[in-house]
Amino acid sequence: MADAKVAPKTILKKEPAKQGNKSSFDHVLSELSVPLFFALLCFAGVVAAGLSPQFLVNEIITRLARNLFLVLSLIIPVLAGLGLNFGIVIGAMSGQAALIIVTHLEIGGLPGFLLAALISVPFSVFLGWLTGLVLNRAKGREMVTGYILGFFANGLYQLVFLVLVGTLIPMNNPKMMLSSGIGLRNTMDLIAINRALDRALFSSLKLGPFAIPWATFLVIGLLCLFTSYFTKTKLGQQMRAVGQDRHIAEVSGINVNRTRLIAIIISTVLGAWGQLIYLQNLGTFNTYNSHEQVGMFSIAALLIGGASISKATIWNAIIGVLLFHTLFVVSPLAGQRILGIPQVGEYFRSFLAYGVIAVALALHAWQSKKHAASLQAAQAEHLPED
Amino acid sequence: MALNTNKVTNIFTSHHLKACYEKLGLPRLIISSFLLALFILAFVMKMDITILLSDSLARIGMNGLLVLAMLPTLVTGVGLNFGLPVGFVCGLVGGVISLEYNLTGFTGFFVAILCAIPLAVLTGYLYASLLDRVRGQEMMVGTYVGFAVVAGMCIFWLTAPFNNPSMIWAIGGQGLRVTITLYEHYSKVLNNFLAFKLFGVTIPTGLLLFFGLFCWLVHLFFRTRTGLAMLATGANPMYAKSSGIDTRAMRYTSVIISNVLAAIGALVYAQSYGFLQLYTAPLYMAFPAVAAALIGGASLKKATVSHIIIGTVLFQTLLTIALPVTQTVLRGTDISEIARMIISNGMILYALTRNERG
Repeated sequence: MADAKVAPKTILKKEPAKQGNKSSFDHVLSELSVPLFFALLCFAGVVAAGLSPQFLVNEIITRLARNLFLVLSLIIPVLAGLGLNFGIVIGAMSGQAALIIVTHLEIGGLPGFLLAALISVPFSVFLGWLTGLVLNRAKGREMVTGYILGFFANGLYQLVFLVLVGTLIPMNNPKMMLSSGIGLRNTMDLIAINRALDRALFSSLKLGPFAIPWATFLVIGLLCLFTSYFTKTKLGQQMRAVGQDRHIAEVSGINVNRTRLIAIIISTVLGAWGQLIYLQNLGTFNTYNSHEQVGMFSIAALLIGGASISKATIWNAIIGVLLFHTLFVVSPLAGQRILGIPQVGEYFRSFLAYGVIAVALALHAWQSKKHAASLQAAQAEHLPED
Repeated sequence: MALNTNKVTNIFTSHHLKACYEKLGLPRLIISSFLLALFILAFVMKMDITILLSDSLARIGMNGLLVLAMLPTLVTGVGLNFGLPVGFVCGLVGGVISLEYNLTGFTGFFVAILCAIPLAVLTGYLYASLLDRVRGQEMMVGTYVGFAVVAGMCIFWLTAPFNNPSMIWAIGGQGLRVTITLYEHYSKVLNNFLAFKLFGVTIPTGLLLFFGLFCWLVHLFFRTRTGLAMLATGANPMYAKSSGIDTRAMRYTSVIISNVLAAIGALVYAQSYGFLQLYTAPLYMAFPAVAAALIGGASLKKATVSHIIIGTVLFQTLLTIALPVTQTVLRGTDISEIARMIISNGMILYALTRNERG
């Protein structure tokens, strides 16, 4: 690590694995331990639930298409050393705001979806910029700050759509608004853009018995390409340098605050689009709740895929969504079959989501503390007079 | 409160005004003026202010101990205890055990506390040893450990071997109910203890005394040898260590005390509310408590009992009167929940983004 910091531009993706030749096998094992554990859990759950494979595969394809974009939007802030961006909730809110506008204008189908994606950009860029400013003031506490910021923004979101719409913001649409004429209804029907993206391409082309949302996977594939290309650009390399060590990056002439701002803005915009993809698949949304769990579930999925607070790849995201949502599908049924109480499975599922985040955060803090201690010890050995 | 008299006498000199502003801090100034505006509105709208005040007093006593639980960890530099639900569910377990034996009145309440304390000490120790390993990330880890504990306890409530028919689901006969009424057990034992009316305002004497007692105990505790060692640990860990204080033990102790206070606080909350709320109810318990402590002027580096009391009074009064007042003024639109979200989380954000030492 110490060498890497001096020359950030030479760092390669597999850097951590290359360190310490003697323990590389251990290292790989420890890196894969989380996904392996969850794979076992999934396997046990699938066996216990006794679902038909066809139903399961179908469900997983749907959920991959629905959630993967959101999870992928978390990768760039990790690269820039901002940790897991709990602030994508704010991106999700921008996406929903755009969706509300498009629904109000009654533009449906793919054009409506694309228009929503376009409208969400100014919102999410602006809000992402504000998020970045706040996070730059809370260096070292980005995650808890981003998390609280999500709640704070949720308050503002409710203020706008529950109180200001119909009072300060003129709007008259009885289909969308509460009967009092102030505030939006709790659920929003998205029939107009329901599955607009999922069915945009080759909607009749099936893979065996499974319907595949080709266009959604195409978009997700493009995001994967963008992410892996982005890490190789100058900006991407700068982010990596900032993520490795802020101070050394600053000394070598990188504008740390600006780089972090850009990372958060990109993540927020992607979060908004991710939420749009998520909602067009569901076809309906809770005006005031749909965004709340987005951050937590996406982060839990990424961590289950083997990512950590300082390292996340596209594969972590894909494997994570696969495992997390398999668990999601099977756990209520497994709970019912094993204990006879379906709620047990549901509680177990949220226990897992919370627990995996807690464990991942704890492990990371623990390791970085040990790492810092060993680094200090090494420095003390080299420079006895210091 | 001595602050306010200072303010009045010296208000005309800008120098003092500035010093006063710095001491009060922008957020407390905003919250206080907001509160004042609400009271004026309530007065203008001819609302029954005695009811508002009675409710506020009850809410202050109800939540006070949970806010006080923030103090030990803030003092030793562990940070805001977002893991409050860990202690909270210990209190709930104590409450449920006491219910299982059909204990009533003060016996029921104190047996519940006695059952909760050992649990809170044990879980507090485990929680502290985790927090000690994740120094620097305590708040985030604490938040999710709290969530995970609440979610895990959901499974416990559902499968725990309790038999008292007043607590378990009527259908199926297994698993505790989501809310258990305490009406026949120890509902409002503290609230009603020596309660009296003063100009139409109900004073929940027992409740306020209980909160006051704990504030006093904590205040005294920080005068003892251990308490002073804790203060030193938070103020300057290196210095504390070099003067022979076991800083690690101090941090452990602070987390355990915080956890025990949270457990007792949960029971005080439940008796005042009249119901034990199980399952996912304790999930977000930490946030209002954190916000109240911060509104009182506590920061990640400095916190005192007076911060806790001021914060609880300001925040809980605000929450209590915001709902009826805004409902009267805005004709049915409820912005109190929104105001609560914006104020409490804005307050936490303010504390997190302040550039303080360290």
